[in-house]
Amino acid sequence: MAESVDVDVRRQGGVGIVDVTGYVNNVLGERVAASSIDLIDEGLVRLLLNMEACTMVNSVGISFLIDVIERVNELQGKVAFCCVGSTTAKTFQIMGLLQTASVYDTERDALEALGA
Amino acid sequence: MSVTWNVTGDGNIMSSRDVDLSIPVLPEMELTAMKTAEAVGEFMNLDHTKIEEVKVALIEACINAFEHSQSQAGRVDISFAIGDTALTVTISDDGQGFDPADAQTRVEKRRSDGERKRGWGLMIMKELMDEVTIKSGESGTTLTMVKHR
Repeated sequence: MAESVDVDVRRQGGVGIVDVTGYVNNVLGERVAASSIDLIDEGLVRLLLNMEACTMVNSVGISFLIDVIERVNELQGKVAFCCVGSTTAKTFQIMGLLQTASVYDTERDALEALGA
Repeated sequence: MSVTWNVTGDGNIMSSRDVDLSIPVLPEMELTAMKTAEAVGEFMNLDHTKIEEVKVALIEACINAFEHSQSQAGRVDISFAIGDTALTVTISDDGQGFDPADAQTRVEKRRSDGERKRGWGLMIMKELMDEVTIKSGESGTTLTMVKHR
């Protein structure tokens, strides 16, 4: 059953990029949140979560992403997602994430919107 | 299109177009159900988006059952009924049951209190599937979801 799950971070133009690989459940969601908070603690309040390698999400995993968004918004920062599958995007919409975070088709578009 | 009905030794009727799965309540076991849903959806030539929606809804149904049912058998039963016009997915457990109306009220209260992180499972299922019905009592819960072709 084990599939590849990973969280990698990059920094580009003042934006922290979190590359998410695998199934975003409570375990991976928590890792994504932890990596995001590390970037925030470095002073990066513009975050991009790249979901290209995300294979599936569940609402518990997404709840950790809500934590990240709330933390960034408290600091007047911005969170964006890119390369999100249509059903994942719809799930984000249902859960209200898109009220406070944006979704872009490509990393390039997202970075441009975040001012990188 | 014909359907063959098989009667099992205990008198239950099993459609030959059903795919039945029983999964233990273990971490990430919902992925087994998800992969079966994908295979069934592809067999039915369902649109890719519809398959993805079934997968997400099914994952939510499974994790709800895992988290809330307190199943005595420690298992969740899933049945995929392949129909001419729709896929019907039934998720059953032998847990403690719940009152869907009460659950909805509690979620609404959490939302009004500003808590927006949990309690989304049923709403996600209802938004992604065409029909969702719940029967629940002391002997367990059966959730039925339908996705039309």
